[in-house]
Amino acid sequence: MRLTVNGELREVPARTVLDLLQELGLEPKRTVVEKNAVIVDRAAYRDTTLAEGDVLELVGIVGGG
Amino acid sequence: MNQGNQVSESPQKLISQINNLTTDDPLVIAGRAFRSRFMVGTGKFPSAEALRAALAASGAEIVTVALRRVDLAKPQTDSIMSVLDPGRHLILPNTSGARTAEEAVRLARMARAMGLMPWVKLELTPEPKYLLPDPVETLRAAEMLIKEGFVVLPYIQADPVLAKRLEELGTATVMPLGAPIGSNRGVRTRDMIRIIIEQSKVPVVVDAGLGAPSHAAEAMEMGADAVLVNTALADAADHGGMAQAFAMAVIAGRLAYRAGLGPVREEAAASSPLTGFLE
Repeated sequence: MRLTVNGELREVPARTVLDLLQELGLEPKRTVVEKNAVIVDRAAYRDTTLAEGDVLELVGIVGGG
Repeated sequence: MNQGNQVSESPQKLISQINNLTTDDPLVIAGRAFRSRFMVGTGKFPSAEALRAALAASGAEIVTVALRRVDLAKPQTDSIMSVLDPGRHLILPNTSGARTAEEAVRLARMARAMGLMPWVKLELTPEPKYLLPDPVETLRAAEMLIKEGFVVLPYIQADPVLAKRLEELGTATVMPLGAPIGSNRGVRTRDMIRIIIEQSKVPVVVDAGLGAPSHAAEAMEMGADAVLVNTALADAADHGGMAQAFAMAVIAGRLAYRAGLGPVREEAAASSPLTGFLE
């Protein structure tokens, strides 16, 4: 399935948001996910399915002032 | 670093003792009391160790972070969250990187979705050279965020009229700048900050540009309720040592403000009797 992840087009086997995070080596607890500009509830990562063409933003906390 | 320095050996204990000097004088923001009036930003530290040393020595209870796209090439090594202690630190996400009110709201919602408290340091600095905050977008974003239930701490130009407007909207603090972010120039906006402090009913946090402990002490002597420092700590050779120096300056400034500074005079006012010594 082809998705846009953080601005890059990617071919991934993932079926759900949780799959995608695991494939990318990201910790679900430390990652906020926006799917098609809507924030996905962290408790729903496992049940949120992905579809061809979805646009995902994966955001984390970094140092800042 | 600086292991021969006795004062640095247990900075946490020392700053805790010093913070006890002002336990009767907590900083209260949105109904929540803090012992420390020194807020610390976590950007630009060379390592997690450097940040850990600065945080421990600072005694800070409010610590800012930013949100960014995850770098998929090198995901989450040395995450900043492993350094922060949610039991001790109120993790205050900023909205840096936002250029419009809508983008700031989007960032604040993401931070909340991360499980952080719904507090946000509203920072809208679209222009990259001086990173000065956009007052129009800041006011708009503050209104939107307050409606969504966020506790809003806005970073602003030292503009007393804007500070008043934000307070009337319901922001939890105002955070006027001393000088541009990262410039280490000190309290260059002194006259306007004085007016903001005089008129403000919410805590005034002097944020940005404080490059030396004396700058922090100056802001606190003027009656600022707190200061926020990042670059001066991240730039130091000894991060813990500098954090400790700032923490002591913040408390010294606060104690001086409470004790009441003497008036500034044009002419001398003798501190010894003016009579000749054998009269």
